[in-house]
This record gives sequence, C-alpha cells and structure tokens, in this order.
Amino acid sequence: MTVTPVDARPVRMLVNGDEVEAQVESRRLLADFLREDLELCGTHLGCEHGVCGACTILLDGEPARSCLLLAVQCDGAEIQTVEGLGRDGVLAPLQEAFREHHALQCGFCTPGFLMTASYVLSTTPGVPEERELREALAGNLCRCTGYHNIVDAVQDAARRRQQTSPQKEG
Amino acid sequence: MKPAPLAYCDPTTVDEAVAVLADAGDEAKLLAGGQSLMPLLNLRIVRPSVLVDLNRIEQLSEIDARETGGIRIGATVRQRTLELDATMRERLPLLVEAVRLVAHVPIRTRGTVGGSVAHADPAAEIPAVTLVLGATMHVLGPTGPRTIPATEFYLGPFTTGVDPSDLLVAVEFPPQPPGAGWAFLEIARLHGAFALVGVAALIHAGADGTLEDARLALCGVGGTPVEIEGLDELVRGQRPSASLIEHVARRVRETIEPFTDTQAGAGYRREVAGVLTARALHLAASRAGLEVAA
Repeated sequence: MTVTPVDARPVRMLVNGDEVEAQVESRRLLADFLREDLELCGTHLGCEHGVCGACTILLDGEPARSCLLLAVQCDGAEIQTVEGLGRDGVLAPLQEAFREHHALQCGFCTPGFLMTASYVLSTTPGVPEERELREALAGNLCRCTGYHNIVDAVQDAARRRQQTSPQKEG
Repeated sequence: MKPAPLAYCDPTTVDEAVAVLADAGDEAKLLAGGQSLMPLLNLRIVRPSVLVDLNRIEQLSEIDARETGGIRIGATVRQRTLELDATMRERLPLLVEAVRLVAHVPIRTRGTVGGSVAHADPAAEIPAVTLVLGATMHVLGPTGPRTIPATEFYLGPFTTGVDPSDLLVAVEFPPQPPGAGWAFLEIARLHGAFALVGVAALIHAGADGTLEDARLALCGVGGTPVEIEGLDELVRGQRPSASLIEHVARRVRETIEPFTDTQAGAGYRREVAGVLTARALHLAASRAGLEVAA
C-alpha cells in the first residue's frame, strides 16, 4: 500500500464533548483550528513554540501544547479546552478558586494554567504538596501573579473537592 | 508564526513510511512527538515539503521488555509513558531519572524517546543516557534494517547516523548490571529548561565492594553527548572514596571541551561538570549500597 502526502484533508474530533468535522489544511495548527475554525478563542497563543504553555489543552485526557500539534494529527482524538470546564455559564470549582484567590490578573496565561491544573487534580488524589504542584505547573508561564496565588487556588480547589467527596480519597 | 505549506501523511506501517521517504528524499521530515520539530516548523527554521507523521504506526509505540532484562523502546513511546511505567522504573531507573528532567509534563506527554535521540540536541538528556547504558539504535532504511551502537550514533550537533532516507525504529537498552548504582544530575537555568550541563553516571561493584566499572556521559558540554572514556581502568579494583571521586571529576574537567554561549561560559560549564560528576558518583555509590570513604 502506498501513502500519498496531501495539502489538506478532512478531520473529525470530539471537542468538549461535541463532535466536529472539518476540512483542514495540513499545516493548520490545532490551536488555530480551535480558535479560528471552531471559534473557541479561550485557548490562547503566546509564544507559538511550546515554551509559554498558554495554549495547553487536554488531548485524550493528557495536557499538550496545541501550538505543537497539527489539526490533522488529531483526527479521531478527544480534545478538551477551557470552554469545556464550566457548564451553562457556571464556573467549574477550579475556576471559582482562581477567582477567589486572585490567581489571575491579565488572564492571558489562565486557560493554559486551568487545563494543566485540571489534569493535576484529576491525576492526584488529595491535596497536592506545594513543591509537587509547582513542578507540575512549571511548564506554564505567568507574568502577573508570581505564581503564589495560582498554587493557593489549585490547592484550595483540591481541598474543597476532598470535603465534597471524602469517600473518594485514599 | 505558522508552518509554511506542507503535505502531510500518516502511514500505519514502517514500510510505508520508508517508501514515502524514498520518494520525497531530503524534502521530507519525520514527525514523532513534535516537541522539537514543531517549534522549528512554526519558526520556519525548517521547511520540509512533506511531513511523515509516525504516530499512527502502532509497532513504534511498543515497549518490549525482554526476558533477558533488556528493553526495546519503540521510537514513538512517549517520555511520559516511560516515566510512569513500573518495569522501566525497575529496570532502567537511570533513564527514568533523566526523562523526568526533560521539559515539563505537557511536553513529555507528546515527546518521545526516539525523537530525542534522533534530534540529537547536544544539551538533551536522553542521548547521554544511551551512551552510558550502551544502547543500540535500530534503523530502517531503503536497503533494510540495520543497527548502530550509541557510541557511533552521534556525529555532531543535531546530526546522527540516521540518514534522510532512514527511520529510527527503536532504541534498545541492555539490562542495567545487577547491583549497579546510577544517577542523572543536571544544572539548568529553570526547572525543565535544557541542561547547561548534565551528567549520567553508572557504577557497579563486585561482591567484595571494590568497583568493577564506572561510566559517565555528559550533555551540554560539546557538539554531541560526550562519554568519558577509560574510567573502567581508573576505578577497577578500588573502593569508592572521596579522593577517587575527585580524581574522576578532574579527569572529566580535563577531557571535555565545553563551549560558551548566551547561557553560560565554557569555564563555568567545565567547573559545573566536575561538581556534578562528583555529586553523581556519590549518589550512584550510595544507591549501589557502597560507602564512600572520606
């Protein structure tokens, strides 16, 4: 069987639970596909070369840089963006915690932090230690907060989760 | 910026991938995790007309743990997969320790072992580990499969024995010797940044507590990862001691030819290489259950 490289092709993926289908140029970055083709502008593009973390999304449940993925690569994949965190205009507990702890100022980096942090919460039982949390968030850059409030917010979200469903711990 | 126009394909077998390479020649680039290649495409430093995505080739994403203790890691096995794999932690703890220093989790969920080895950034951690552990690279080219030992693989900065028409299929690690001590240490400006200097160390001792072998390789101190040769002769039959470790560190400082760039001067790199070597050997000795005499 031979394989022929193409300039564009159709893709199907599940984005925040919605099935989407589109014809995309091969060079189209996933970040641009989300922002421009699907009009999901919550995913922010900072550096466009994988350093700043603003464009972090979840690809099949794991955090990844959407500026370092081509949309064609994600054919058949499940994508979660910041738009998928809250539902019907109600913020997710993690987003609430960010607001309460003043974990954002200009907000540019926030979508990336929220996606990385939601992965940390989904894979860490209990409340993550500060050191471990700082390491987990080290791939996201923030120029406003100095990180303290972000760490506080994620720990608080984890603590509240523990209070609501204590039987899940351990 | 955005990538320049390119044609894309995602073959499902290695033979299809090699066939596309044969057609496209130097115009093609292989895409594994994309954590080095995609930035280069976005910045248009690299402008391939054809991109061959390896991520749909199932065979390349397999970890094959041999009964003999060795492990063959397919070229697209994610660094994150490896880091969380219980067998890898048990059998190749040195590799796992190095992988945990590669960038950040959202990079390692995509970044691959094969990609790191084939990209051959002189500051990258994994290539240094392939030298210390004596890994073998499995390559498939137009004339068929071949193997290249790690010691002959790295030819220069970003240059390896993988030709433009070749595909790196797997990296095979022999078992770490029983009772070996290991360590990977690095100094970087930020956690997750490329190492200014990194040191991979492996030592093992006989039943009488005297050393049989010591191997060291460094990253960030030359155009390729650098293995320090002749350490086996230097340490064999000796008990680990502070003076022996200082002797090895001196050998490292004298052997390497580091460079100056915007991150650090050559002199600083040389100094740090010696300090990290000593720390790595102390840690390796303690993990091997050996006491280091003062």
